[in-house]
Amino acid sequence: MTASKEDFLNNPLGTKTTLEDVLDAFEFLDDWEERYAYIIDLGKQLPAFPDDARTEENYVHGCQSQVWLIHHYDEASGKLYLLIDSDAMIVRGLAAIILVALNGKSPRELLTTDIDELFEQLDLFRHISPTRGNGLRAMVGKIRDLAAAEASGV
Amino acid sequence: MTDLSVANSASAAAFDVEAVRRDFPILSQQVNGKPLVYLDNGASAQKPVAVLDAMDRYYREMHSNVHRGAHTLGDRATAAFEGARETVRQFLNAGSTREIIWTRGTTEAINVVANGLAPRLNAGDEILVSHMEHHANIVPWQMVAERTGAKVVPIQVTPEGELDLDSFNSLLNDRTRILAITHVSNVLGTINPVAPLIAQAKKRGILTLVDGAQAVPHFQPDVQALGCDFYVFSSHKLFGPTGIGVLYGKAQLLEEMPPYQGGGEMIERVSFERTTWNVLPYKFEAGTPAIAEAVGLGAAIDYLNSLDRGAMESAEKALLERANQLVETVPGMEIIGTAANQVPVMSFKIAGLHPSDIGTLLDQQGIAIRTGHHCAMPLMDFYGVPGTARASFAFYNTLDEVDKLFTGLQKIQRLFA
Ligand SMILES: Cc1ncc(COP(=O)(O)O)c(C=O)c1O
Repeated sequence: MTASKEDFLNNPLGTKTTLEDVLDAFEFLDDWEERYAYIIDLGKQLPAFPDDARTEENYVHGCQSQVWLIHHYDEASGKLYLLIDSDAMIVRGLAAIILVALNGKSPRELLTTDIDELFEQLDLFRHISPTRGNGLRAMVGKIRDLAAAEASGV
Repeated sequence: MTDLSVANSASAAAFDVEAVRRDFPILSQQVNGKPLVYLDNGASAQKPVAVLDAMDRYYREMHSNVHRGAHTLGDRATAAFEGARETVRQFLNAGSTREIIWTRGTTEAINVVANGLAPRLNAGDEILVSHMEHHANIVPWQMVAERTGAKVVPIQVTPEGELDLDSFNSLLNDRTRILAITHVSNVLGTINPVAPLIAQAKKRGILTLVDGAQAVPHFQPDVQALGCDFYVFSSHKLFGPTGIGVLYGKAQLLEEMPPYQGGGEMIERVSFERTTWNVLPYKFEAGTPAIAEAVGLGAAIDYLNSLDRGAMESAEKALLERANQLVETVPGMEIIGTAANQVPVMSFKIAGLHPSDIGTLLDQQGIAIRTGHHCAMPLMDFYGVPGTARASFAFYNTLDEVDKLFTGLQKIQRLFA
């Protein structure tokens, strides 16, 4: 299976499921169990990832779980679309939150989004810290690099 | 036999874990709003007040450089430092303090030995390790092999996580020069039968190193009884400070080995024409050593000596037994490493869950375990897993904490259901 343009555009995260949805939902989650149940559910919204895209080039070097990331830049709308895959459920859920914040945005918009602040707000900041070794930091770095490359027209 | 089991259960009752826990201030805190359950002792163990106090007192009352000063503080520091060396000698039952070298830890100790034995290796020579080694007992040998043309050959492991003795026997040959093997596996908890392996190696003139990093927190080795040429361990896993470890080596071999690093302290005389090495153990201790850490390690061993080690071992056995009994309460949970002879270390996987999911969600409940490859990638490959979750217990853990681990795992499973 190879990713088509539609696969990217149909990703609900950041389009149908918005950052407001996630922030609203978090308001009502009382304890860690509810929060993580929700995060795991969000992870289930990650669209299927094309098998042939699980390549070294698309691999995000984290520490423990395996993470892959691919992108499509839509010339017509000037927006950057992303797909992410991981074999760990919580990393998938956290990746979904990242996508909700960053997917389908223009590179410029994307570069001005403060992910750390978002994770702080959701009380998930420790997950994004470099010491966790879950690859989230690397994932965000890779997305920003892609955006910077598109923004500068490389 | 009956007498023995009575004695065992009596000493298990005598072991007052709550009193022992009060000696470890870090244990009585909340993490993520829950009482800390620290089950990552295999990565690094916590320190008793006795260690903290010894280091504090050292800096307050006796610090200065060792072996140099013509003054009282220098004498005090040297006495404390060399006293710790004697404590370690007794702990290992080594013949002489000349055979106790301070290093930064297990890793550095193995590097010192690998480097020191390199001149004896020729192309085609073989260094026998096992498939369950920590990277610290693989990579230094690979680096030396690269330099010398020698080969690193792994002894196979059985599916239960024991050394495959047939594999060991078939791999021993006339090219084997070194046997470097772990006493206890950091992933599986397996206690390897190192003594007979060493005996067999010795008959063929093979040099032997035992990685004791995961053994010493659970039982006391006797290097003379084992007959090994080298035995290495890290202080921080033995309830002592980080930054220091021990290389025990037979004096004659240490004499023959070249030094690892050059500098101050390790020389007898330096001139631009000719520099000569200091005597053992100083020949391998270039530069100002980790003095307070050595003193701290000595205090950790003194502390352990003050406890009833037999009672401690029975208490640890009880922890592992309880954990094994509870495995069936978590559907899909599978233990990796079911050797007959184990320290209380439990690696596991749970169907459908990534180890990192397990680690993250236990942390939410105040339970600290380690997840990942545990610096033993060849072993992960052998079991066909990207990593495992590992709970590693120490004598200060309680049966209640074992129960909390399993309640925690059940909760996690419900979350994914
Ligand atoms: C069996 C074994 N060997 C060696 C090491 C390395 O110890 P250190 O990092 O203290 O040098 C470890 C630590 O995890 C270990 O478990």
